[in-house]
Amino acid sequence: MRIVVLVKQVPDTKNVTGEVMKPDGTVNRGALAAIFNPEDLNALEMGLEMKERFGGEVIVLTMGPPRAAEILKDSLCRGADRVILLSDRRFAASDTLATSYTVAQAITTHLAPYDVVLCGRQAIDGDTAQVGPQAAEKLGIAQVTYADRILDFDGTKLTIRRDLGRSQEVVEVRLPALLTVPKTANSPRWPNARLLLKYRRARSAFEVEAEAKAQGRSVDEVVGGLRQRGLFVETWGAEDIGADLARIGISGSPTKVKKVENVVLTGANLKLFPADDHGVRDLINELIDERTFG
Amino acid sequence: MSQHGDVWVFAEVDDGRVADVSLELLGKGRELAATLGVGLGAVLLGHRTRGLAEKLFAHGADTVYSAEDERLAQYTTLPYARVLTDTIREKKPEIVLYGASPLGRDLAPRVASALKTGLTADCTDLQIGTYESGGRLYQQKLLQIRPAWGGNIIATIVSPDVLPEMATVREGVMHIPEPAEGRTGKLVEIPVNLDAECAAVKVIERHTQPRRVDLKAANIIVSGGYGVANPEGFRLVHELAAVLGGAVGASRAAVDAGFVHHDHQVGQTGTTVRPKLYIACGISGAVQHRAGMEESAKILAINSDPSAPIFGIAHYGIVGDCREVLPRMIKALKGKL
Repeated sequence: MRIVVLVKQVPDTKNVTGEVMKPDGTVNRGALAAIFNPEDLNALEMGLEMKERFGGEVIVLTMGPPRAAEILKDSLCRGADRVILLSDRRFAASDTLATSYTVAQAITTHLAPYDVVLCGRQAIDGDTAQVGPQAAEKLGIAQVTYADRILDFDGTKLTIRRDLGRSQEVVEVRLPALLTVPKTANSPRWPNARLLLKYRRARSAFEVEAEAKAQGRSVDEVVGGLRQRGLFVETWGAEDIGADLARIGISGSPTKVKKVENVVLTGANLKLFPADDHGVRDLINELIDERTFG
Repeated sequence: MSQHGDVWVFAEVDDGRVADVSLELLGKGRELAATLGVGLGAVLLGHRTRGLAEKLFAHGADTVYSAEDERLAQYTTLPYARVLTDTIREKKPEIVLYGASPLGRDLAPRVASALKTGLTADCTDLQIGTYESGGRLYQQKLLQIRPAWGGNIIATIVSPDVLPEMATVREGVMHIPEPAEGRTGKLVEIPVNLDAECAAVKVIERHTQPRRVDLKAANIIVSGGYGVANPEGFRLVHELAAVLGGAVGASRAAVDAGFVHHDHQVGQTGTTVRPKLYIACGISGAVQHRAGMEESAKILAINSDPSAPIFGIAHYGIVGDCREVLPRMIKALKGKL
């Protein structure tokens, strides 16, 4: 079973601490740490478990700036067989449609035939949950969103439980198919100590370029050496995947951001009451007087 | 004739009923359609669901596009996406809105990708306005307003060069319009052309649990957060809600800690509420929570940390430990109400 997992490096928006708050009460977005999108880790875990149950390989693909190679190395240390970085200045400012086109193009040109494509339910920066279904449409395959358990595989069809919050559904899907995975699906494994040691020296093309220059060696020589040891993070640009330049990056993105406003706490003329019996009684009387109660 | 196409709402059917979020969207859709000077359409797909058209008319639809087919009896992505995509290509609406429910968030991106059009997820507001770019002024565009970055920013998104403009809209944010019983409109039958590929997914079984609590209908909500410390502390939240005849809400932290079921969660990943009074007990007020309750008419915050962000949006506050303050409130209220 060939399993492709789509992952994303995201700013840690769920961990907005005092240090990243600006004095005006807004968030200093540049100060947020870059992390492995949490539900993409659930998708990777599901992929690794499927490989363990049904055999096959797990290929992890991300699109992002050069530093996104960090989560690919992390994926290797958790057990991925192969990782690919889609990185090109021209991919920048992609909305979900352009992103789904780009990743689908990479999968179609280089990774077919595949059986399953997995991705997290949504990413915590945009919370859109759109790239999965859009990539499935671009690939021309079925989609199963909110896939939280793989119940069975009969060689051609997966039986999957979907967790839709208030309802659960069991579906059967013919492969190939794309699944989006919610955090309820599993507990992602940690990076393995032996693999951490092995992939300490893994490098992406961008890193190789910088290092080869510093060491006065040719890029090809360094890449060749890394490849031989399975330490090269493959890096593809627009030409490598035969992308239609009109469909990637900003030109391939129909949605535009008109305006962004920081959320600022708005004071509501807070009236404080003491925590003692008197304070509580005064508060209740005031709420009754203004007819909020009763 | 208007130069614009109509505004459409995808009518989600849940357990034989039109989902609340679809009715909410008809209310908003009516406003948008009036601004554009166009009609309001609703798309109703299913099997033996045509009777629901009346409800859509009563809530503001001028036209209901209806497909009746056994293969649409249960929602699966591919058949629904195919019928909807075909219909949009043929009728060319200006705007198509979906609820940001699990179904809407499964369907809308599939349709947007097939149509190569823009889609904005989980909007909390929609307006008609202008957009300027590269010296060009676009008039009467759908402004799609949504929180992003975990609620730390509010972004306004437009799709200036493509039609239809599409968005999913968070449940519970828009208001359901008063139905006008007996109001009618045009029922248009739409064709269903499905091939074998559309049957790639088969639903084997489906269970739905009734919601444990109806937060949206409550006038008073007493919500507990991590600051109530433990399940016993959370019992005080239940008790205060019972005394006030209110519903019990919770922050995500309280749900994650196992104090209460997820159905009670208020906020970005829970329910959006706007009661007459919202009492936040031991809730710090993370943006994700505030997004779901800051439109409450009155907010009372009880928290032992005077610098908790919840006090920034509260009207009334008590700085103190909920385990001490709540019993005092319960006792005082029992004597009053």
